[in-house]
Amino acid sequence: MYAYIVKRLLLMIPTLLGAAVLVFYLLRAVPGDPCEIRLAGTGLYADPAEIELCQKNLGLDRPLYVQFFEFVGGYFTGDLGDSMWTGRPITYEIGLRFQLSLQVAIMATIVSVLLAIPLGTISAIRQDTWIDYVVRAFSIAGIAIPSFWLGIMIILGLLIITQQWFGTPWMPPIDYVSPFEDPLANLSQLIWPAIATGYRYSAVATRMTRSAMLEVLREDYIRTARAKGLLEKLIINRHALKNAMLPVVTIISIEFAFLIGGLVVTEQVFNLNGLGKLFVDSVGAQDFNLTQQLAMLVVLIFIVTNFVVDLFYAWLDPRIRYA
Amino acid sequence: MKYFSARIAIAAIAGAALGLSAVGSASAAQKPQKGGILNFVVGSKIPSYDGHRETTFGVIHPLAPFYSLLIRINPDNPQSATDFVCDLCKGKLAKPTNGGTTYTFKIRKGVKFHDGTPLTAADIVATYQKIIFPPEGIPSARKTFFRMVESVSAPSKYTVVFKLQFPSGAFIGALGNPYNWTYSKKDLDENGYTWHQKNINGTGPFVFVQHQPGSFVEGKRYAGYHHKGQPYLDGYKAISASKMAVRLQAIRGGRAAIEFRGFPPKARDDLVKALGDKITVQESDWNCALMTTPNHKVKPFDDPRVRRALTLSLDRWGGSKYLSNIAIVKTVGGVVFPGHPLAATKEELQKIAGYWPDIEKSRAEAKRLLKEAGVAGMSFEFHNRGVDQPYKVVGTWMIDQWRRIGLKVTQRVQPSPAFYATLRKKKDFQVSMDFNCQAVINPIADITKFLGSAGNNYGSFEDKVLEDIYNKLLRSGDVNTQLKLIRQYEKRALDEQASGALTLWWYKINPHRSFVKGWKIAPSHYLNQQLDNVWLDKKLM
Repeated sequence: MYAYIVKRLLLMIPTLLGAAVLVFYLLRAVPGDPCEIRLAGTGLYADPAEIELCQKNLGLDRPLYVQFFEFVGGYFTGDLGDSMWTGRPITYEIGLRFQLSLQVAIMATIVSVLLAIPLGTISAIRQDTWIDYVVRAFSIAGIAIPSFWLGIMIILGLLIITQQWFGTPWMPPIDYVSPFEDPLANLSQLIWPAIATGYRYSAVATRMTRSAMLEVLREDYIRTARAKGLLEKLIINRHALKNAMLPVVTIISIEFAFLIGGLVVTEQVFNLNGLGKLFVDSVGAQDFNLTQQLAMLVVLIFIVTNFVVDLFYAWLDPRIRYA
Repeated sequence: MKYFSARIAIAAIAGAALGLSAVGSASAAQKPQKGGILNFVVGSKIPSYDGHRETTFGVIHPLAPFYSLLIRINPDNPQSATDFVCDLCKGKLAKPTNGGTTYTFKIRKGVKFHDGTPLTAADIVATYQKIIFPPEGIPSARKTFFRMVESVSAPSKYTVVFKLQFPSGAFIGALGNPYNWTYSKKDLDENGYTWHQKNINGTGPFVFVQHQPGSFVEGKRYAGYHHKGQPYLDGYKAISASKMAVRLQAIRGGRAAIEFRGFPPKARDDLVKALGDKITVQESDWNCALMTTPNHKVKPFDDPRVRRALTLSLDRWGGSKYLSNIAIVKTVGGVVFPGHPLAATKEELQKIAGYWPDIEKSRAEAKRLLKEAGVAGMSFEFHNRGVDQPYKVVGTWMIDQWRRIGLKVTQRVQPSPAFYATLRKKKDFQVSMDFNCQAVINPIADITKFLGSAGNNYGSFEDKVLEDIYNKLLRSGDVNTQLKLIRQYEKRALDEQASGALTLWWYKINPHRSFVKGWKIAPSHYLNQQLDNVWLDKKLM
């Protein structure tokens, strides 16, 4: 097991290096640079000498391989560099947004798990009844509706309903308050994106739970448990659900990793100052330094999540042993 | 001069009329109330805090209230392009001496920076030295605006003198630019020329409290502000919201009271429909013009007949009616901001190709020119910026206009970084959308956009005749001569050579909560943003 863990950890290095090469060169293959955007992007007169000076100050005039080694070297020295747009350290820019993105990801995952596991299980147990049909329709709708559209509908719905009921339209706050400062204000802002993304995310997990449960419920050991007169509740909870959870855990974990950096549109809809919005802003400003570090962060999150999931499998299913 | 005065009067009346085209109640007669926090939304990001270096309104809206300017557009009359008043200087605006080459400003006494340092003429000099003559390696986005300046000096503790190389009608406009924030000499000397990129210390109406990057900027009232009794607000919060829908809903849902850049007509109508008299709308012509630039290095756009045909086919007068219902464009104008004393009158405009009152006659001439050039019914690609308002909306309209003279046009839309890379570096376009957006209305500086030698003209051409007209204009201190030269310049650029073509000028629409008082719309989203005269009417809140 330990040998497996070490091997997996070592394998992360070439994966990250490959990603770094791709991210670095693909970003620079796109026309334009942050100085063009900064000085010419507003339509005001942009002195070519000023643009050159800006490029020099940002180190964009140096050969690409020098810039690449500086980028990768930052991982060894612990200095990830500064944002080319704001001049602030990248660790500061990312750290500032990470708390919000992590909180939304956790809340959306909770919403998703709370919806998906009970609904998927009930749907499987009551297969082909009206309950099953309702749950399936609910989950298919969740897959079909983009979370950003649901977000827009939630905001519009809140505005219209509150205006009709209370005479004054209300919408969730658009600036972030830490849960440690004002938990209620924090919740009133983040619950809506958590519902919008959690619902979509639950839809996939519900369908996965249902199909995994249906498969497990047809296994011999479930029939044996029923034959020996075990309570149905115990059969479902102890024998069926735990064994059906393997694919569900995989889906939930991958979605969780995606939620941390991938809520690009939903964060825009709810004006959340998270990693997804930072990603969009940095791409829009052609902030190479920040964009490449954000991309690497997402790569790292996915690699680590997959690794943790693999280890989690062993706990869920004692038959799985890594060598 | 008489002609000029009459034009100023007309401009002032037009400006006042535009500024007062409000749906809600006017606030002029009301006594300002003190207190309250103004929340507003900003649709752009803050790069650094240094106004001398940056060009985006994302810096102006949240940070301008921390700073003062030597002179500024009159905050109570921002519609006027010529009404500059003293901010840090004293009394009436200085008149030039020595044949228009020397401007002397008396500086207010008793002004203090937020850190307690007293302001003197040395701070003004240090600020303009940084803007006009920055040390090597220090960026200054607008130093070229001051090409006429020879020196800035402080002969006494409270006197500043600007010496010009030649008299110029562009100087006062350049001086009143809203980015020329006054920095403390002490900060520049002790902390260096990059200190202001990450730190704030001004003499403006508000003191910096905090900035949460990507989220908001907070300011609180500066008790020692030099304009007595102001500011009225206790503070403000500038909330960053990049999506227009969020900014709109934020005003509707009470999370913000105003957005200073502007909304399209549909958004205005939605807000008014939802909130009725709780919304006030201010509208104005906007000092931004949407243009097209043919690439003169690519055939057949090297032929003036083809370029003239392109501009002749655009029905600007008709387009103004329809496009102004769906896009942030409205006014038909020439090279100078419509309504400015130096702008062309309607009669003058209607003599320029593409502005003729009879569009059928215009299109017949366009077809004739294309036939004569041997390219009737040609196809080309129109390069556009991937931004809806107003680029894609107007671009789509233009393609239809060109279709009416038998041209087959496809559109290539690129996101902003790639769009600029195409214009500035790759230059692999045939005809491109372009725009000219300025802060202070300073026609003599603004119209450089049409010069082939201008850094922001992407047509790749040389026109010595146009350059000569401009050089005479730049050195002319006499208004009548300026008028005559500008008309020649306009005719040459837009008609004879049609080196570029204007479509419509932008139109600024600012719907805001009716309890926001004192703020008056300016013809630019960069202007009048110090917020010292803004107050909140508590009865309407």
